[in-house]
Amino acid sequence: MSGQTVPADFSGHMLDLDEDEDLDVFTKNTSLADGSPMPNSPSSMVNQYRLEEDEEDQQGAFTKDVFVSVDNPESHVTAIETFIMYRVVTKTTRSEFDSSEYDVRRRYQDFLWLRSRLEENHPTLIVHPLPEKFVMKGMVERFNDDFIETRRKALHRFLNKISEHPILSYSQHFKVFLTAQDLASQRKQGPGFLSRMGETVRAVANSVRGLRSRPEEFSTMHDYMENFSNKISSVDKVAQRIIKEQREYLDELKQYSPTYSQWAESEQDLAEPLKAVASCVERCSKETEEQVEHLSEVLVPTLHEYVLCAETVKAVMRRRDNIQAEFEAKNEALMSRKVDQEALQEEVDALGDRVELANNALRGDWSRWQGSLRTDLRSAFISAAEKNVEYYEKCLAVWESFLMSQREESSEQKGEDAS
Amino acid sequence: MIMADSGSSEEVAVIGNTDITSTESENNIINTMVEKGTALLRKLEINVAEAEKRTGKNTVNMQETYTVYLIEIRPAETVPEGGTPAAPDTLWRRYSEFELLRTYLLVTYPYVIVPPLPEKRAEFVWHKLSADNLDPDFVERRRVGLENFLLRVASHPVLSNDKIFFLFLTEEKGWREAVLETGFQDKADSRLKSLSAMFRVKNPDKRFTALKQYSDELNTVISQLLRVRARVADRLYGVYKVHGNYGRVFSEWSAIEKEMGDGLQSAGHHMDTYAASIDDILEEEEHYADELKEYLFYTDAVRSVCRKHELIQYELEMAAQDLAHKKQQKEELATGTVRIFSLKGMTSKLFGQESQEQRESRLAALEQSIQEGEHAVKEKNAECQEFVRTAWEDIEHFKEQKDKDLREALIGYAIMQISMCKKGIQVWSNAKECFNKM
Repeated sequence: MSGQTVPADFSGHMLDLDEDEDLDVFTKNTSLADGSPMPNSPSSMVNQYRLEEDEEDQQGAFTKDVFVSVDNPESHVTAIETFIMYRVVTKTTRSEFDSSEYDVRRRYQDFLWLRSRLEENHPTLIVHPLPEKFVMKGMVERFNDDFIETRRKALHRFLNKISEHPILSYSQHFKVFLTAQDLASQRKQGPGFLSRMGETVRAVANSVRGLRSRPEEFSTMHDYMENFSNKISSVDKVAQRIIKEQREYLDELKQYSPTYSQWAESEQDLAEPLKAVASCVERCSKETEEQVEHLSEVLVPTLHEYVLCAETVKAVMRRRDNIQAEFEAKNEALMSRKVDQEALQEEVDALGDRVELANNALRGDWSRWQGSLRTDLRSAFISAAEKNVEYYEKCLAVWESFLMSQREESSEQKGEDAS
Repeated sequence: MIMADSGSSEEVAVIGNTDITSTESENNIINTMVEKGTALLRKLEINVAEAEKRTGKNTVNMQETYTVYLIEIRPAETVPEGGTPAAPDTLWRRYSEFELLRTYLLVTYPYVIVPPLPEKRAEFVWHKLSADNLDPDFVERRRVGLENFLLRVASHPVLSNDKIFFLFLTEEKGWREAVLETGFQDKADSRLKSLSAMFRVKNPDKRFTALKQYSDELNTVISQLLRVRARVADRLYGVYKVHGNYGRVFSEWSAIEKEMGDGLQSAGHHMDTYAASIDDILEEEEHYADELKEYLFYTDAVRSVCRKHELIQYELEMAAQDLAHKKQQKEELATGTVRIFSLKGMTSKLFGQESQEQRESRLAALEQSIQEGEHAVKEKNAECQEFVRTAWEDIEHFKEQKDKDLREALIGYAIMQISMCKKGIQVWSNAKECFNKM
């Protein structure tokens, strides 16, 4: 891509970048469609989403210009604790950033901090989930290689999802996370534990009161999310069960080859085909192993991520409900009493704006999220299916070559008998 | 005695054709037996066509349920174009009668590796298969195994000529009496009992020792292979069936989706197909297991021939030893020296020398005994040599058959794997198409 012209169709380009984990190839490209950095005033936020809704392609308005990668996990030992530090590399063309490249080290806690800030500042946006703190079954060792690698990939996806988000990618906290050499000191500033407490209390209080009436679009959303959450959890469980069964199958399969080899040792004429079968079975074992690895590295992480996403979205919807409930409560108060009407009116108006904001934010992010879901799940399932086809094709080739070798053997024998 | 031409090895045209199923491969083995052609098989076509449940009173007057098998005999002439084949002669036999026939053959032809019967009880099963003898799948596989047994016997150069075998195929009622009349059970008692006895041969025949060792190794390794196969089958069954859950969940999920719904729904159907396909795959694999089992049971027959040879060898050694002992006794008696302890010798020492008359009568008796002994050794030696000659003929024949059959079985296994892979490719390609539409 040359020059500063905006390509007509972003979406295909975007998908390529999504799948390119290494992000070695990138273009320094255009900024936001309207050419200006994203201000934080509510009205322009609304305008932003109006613009997006006009586009058919929800990703079309936003071109990715922050490229992040997470790699190089290293064990970090202090007097008190041991933890893993990940290298986070950022390449960007945005003017808000002082430099175009950054290289910092972050630990899991730092990611947690970032995410909670983002959620706090944008309560009704869908902030991609982080990998879980602990894994219940299977993993015991926190510093197990597979566990670290799985986590690294998930952290990488997390940051990429943020950087692709038209609003979240402009968050100040995100910038600090990507750029600050010493994050610890930065983390101490800003709203902390107490304010989060306050919000939770308000939320609980409002939810006790209950929602008068949820707008239909959000009811539909709510019902869908309940069902989707169930289904995606089931699919995740099925996939994990398949891996378990596949691994047990592999364990038994591995005993086949040595048995055939052992048999070959007692035989003369039969030794050759027996050895050939032993080698075939062994190759098929290897293919099976690869296939299981693929499942656990590609399909399951994606499924699991969307299980977590579903919870996130449900939480977002609850927060939206709470905002509406708060507004309704105050509004009711306003309607019933004649006292302090002016003051209350202002408060109610502000809350009303807040509701509209929240609804728009969620609405916009919802369609974005749905598109993302469809893309991610589709590609994960396709990848799994392709791998299975490849697996069976390879095994097929193994056995066909065995048959060919036997055909050669028999025609040799025929030649011998004839002579 | 009609000898089969063991020289030419007709190659069965199954290799290279990857489209045939394993049952067709099995039929090729049977066709080879028929093509080899004994006199019997040139005359008759033998089938075990059906199986039926019967109930009746057994020997202790209790009700029992058992299965009988229908044996069909047809003349082996080619049917003219448009003509109908002649109606077969049929009779019913139960498993215990097959066992009786086999025992008779074992005793009557001790130098022959007698083909084995299919297993009495289902062994090496994996969890889905029942170990119940009355289970229809088990009965069906047994029917095939019994037919195989009859064809093996009918194609054997020695066994195929046996009268009792012929009667087994043709005479439903009077057969049992006929077998018992042969008096084989007398021989059976002594021969078979001594098979389990412990005795040591001084100069074992190296070839038989090697054969027994091979037979033991083969038994061990095939047992191991069958155990592994059963476990692998069990696990593979699990893998395929769990995919059925995908089918169910995708179907439910598709109901709440708009754009993704169709793709998910149809992908779900393919998952169901995939899950269901394992049943046929594993059923076919049972044939392979049965082919291995036949040779597992063959190892018992081989071992039994080796043991019988050992017995004859032992008897020969005993006879020779006995003869040598008597000769020495005669020598001592003649020369007056006592080297071997004998009661007669002791009593004569204690109670005085025997008279000349007594001595001469004893010598005469010994002479007689020695002559009998020499005759016995000569006979035993001839018996042994004849046994070795006929046994090795049969063993060579067996080895050839084994190599060929097992190679066929391995090829059949490969064909099965290929078929399974092709099914897998199809299902997952279809599923991929559906996912594409999500």
